[in-house]
Amino acid sequence: MLNDITLGQYLPGNSAVHRLDPRTKILLMIAYIVAIFLVEKMPAFIIIAAFILAVTLTARIPLNYLLKALKPLRFILPLMFLFNLLLVRKGNLLVDWWIIKIYDEGIKNAFFIVLRLSTLVVGTSLLTLTTTPIALTDGLEKLMAPLKLIKFPVHELAMMMTIALRFIPTLIEEADKIQKAQLARGADFESGNVIKRAKAMLPVLIPLIVNSFRHAGELAMAMESRCYHGGEGRTRMRVLKLQWGDLAAALITGALIAAILLSQRFLF
Amino acid sequence: MPIVVEKLSYTYMQNTANAHTALDDISFTVGDSEFIGLIGHTGSGKSTLIQQLNGLMQPTSGRVLVDGYDMNDKKQRAKGRALIGMAFQYPDYQLFDSTVFADVSFGPRNMKLDEAEVKRLAAEALELVGLDPAEMMEKSPFELSGGQKRRAALAGIIAMRPKYLVLDEPMAGLDPGGRRDVLELIARLRAELGCAVIMVSHSMDDIARSAERIIVLNNGRIRMIGTPEQVFADTAELTEIGLDVPKPMQLAAMLKQRGAAVPDGLYTEESFIEWLGRAVKHA
Repeated sequence: MLNDITLGQYLPGNSAVHRLDPRTKILLMIAYIVAIFLVEKMPAFIIIAAFILAVTLTARIPLNYLLKALKPLRFILPLMFLFNLLLVRKGNLLVDWWIIKIYDEGIKNAFFIVLRLSTLVVGTSLLTLTTTPIALTDGLEKLMAPLKLIKFPVHELAMMMTIALRFIPTLIEEADKIQKAQLARGADFESGNVIKRAKAMLPVLIPLIVNSFRHAGELAMAMESRCYHGGEGRTRMRVLKLQWGDLAAALITGALIAAILLSQRFLF
Repeated sequence: MPIVVEKLSYTYMQNTANAHTALDDISFTVGDSEFIGLIGHTGSGKSTLIQQLNGLMQPTSGRVLVDGYDMNDKKQRAKGRALIGMAFQYPDYQLFDSTVFADVSFGPRNMKLDEAEVKRLAAEALELVGLDPAEMMEKSPFELSGGQKRRAALAGIIAMRPKYLVLDEPMAGLDPGGRRDVLELIARLRAELGCAVIMVSHSMDDIARSAERIIVLNNGRIRMIGTPEQVFADTAELTEIGLDVPKPMQLAAMLKQRGAAVPDGLYTEESFIEWLGRAVKHA
């Protein structure tokens, strides 16, 4: 019943993009976002699109995954487009019919915002498509290490994220079993109004929450009995190491930013 | 009327690359108040099969008739499901309400009975499993001990007065004493309520002790079906699919190897001990 939920969208692979250090990928994603916000002229989006396409092909990710990444935006994108189209009152008036006034600036703005948002989402989805959630948390922990100086619990936060990710499949499986157990006792999750249905979920949610507390207790015990005492002096199984590929990726992303800036200055 | 399973097959994730046939052409019947043991290796399809019985999963092909109600039909399914009480492996999957009594009442209440009847059924069920109904009015299910939780969960099922009791490894994670308690409880419930029992278990000894008929599943197919005598007689076949024979039979086989004249069919502890007593007396 619940097994069609996909969590984390990691696509296993062994491409050059997959093999990049997670730290590199996180930092380059930030650079990529900056690049998108540097775009001021529409044609520069061609450069961004070419970049996305190149990364996708290198990572051997099917192109339809890019469209899938846009799916959560299927309502917000048309809405943003319409708002900008109808509400921007600048430039030359093109259409003036009843209460609808469309200006050329509005059309430009509408396309611009849609392009910016979609490239943002599609580009960043490449990070989660090519990096395992565990590698991502590892990378984040390393990147946030300087925050330890101001007593920010970096390691604890990363450990919490790792554990949370680890337990998502377990909890889904449990929710499914609990739901079946209650169905077998005649529970009805499908009829009635919203309030009735929400109430009908209680017999599933309560055991689920109780069980997750139990899991947490057991896990804490298991970790302590293996001498876990926090991040102090802890070594890692997978040591992150920068490679030549990381340098290459950084240079390519740098080239992307340069291309956008230069082309806007001299080309478009 | 019985449960009739007809040519039932089930494929997980059909029409995808990960398609996996869990059940393949399964047919059998469960007679009234019969005790059926369902055994098989992990992944043999036991859990999938019992979920088909009360329509929690629908077959890819074939059908299940519960007292004539076709479980493939959405309307008839609700009626068929009401006849089947199903207990899952762990009580923690089921207990949720603020008191044990309220939790046991959940099933009967879903059957839309009037309040007095719900109370009567819940109290009776609690008494049957050996819990005090008055005490359980105040106790939260989460305060119970492991063994009590199992009893409370069973009470929640039998409060619905099922004609068929389906148990998925009801003894999982219990020590031998706890296993015996639960087995005895199941036997008592069956005697008092006259319900049929379909029990999945990993333990050949538990199955040998209780079941009248045994179904052996292997790779989604019925490999053997018959009385304990018939099934356990074929040790070679059971070993081949990775299953054991009951411990008394293992012991009997060892004794035979050393030249003792042990008769066949001593598959429960009781019968073995009885034979041993007689043999020692004669010697």
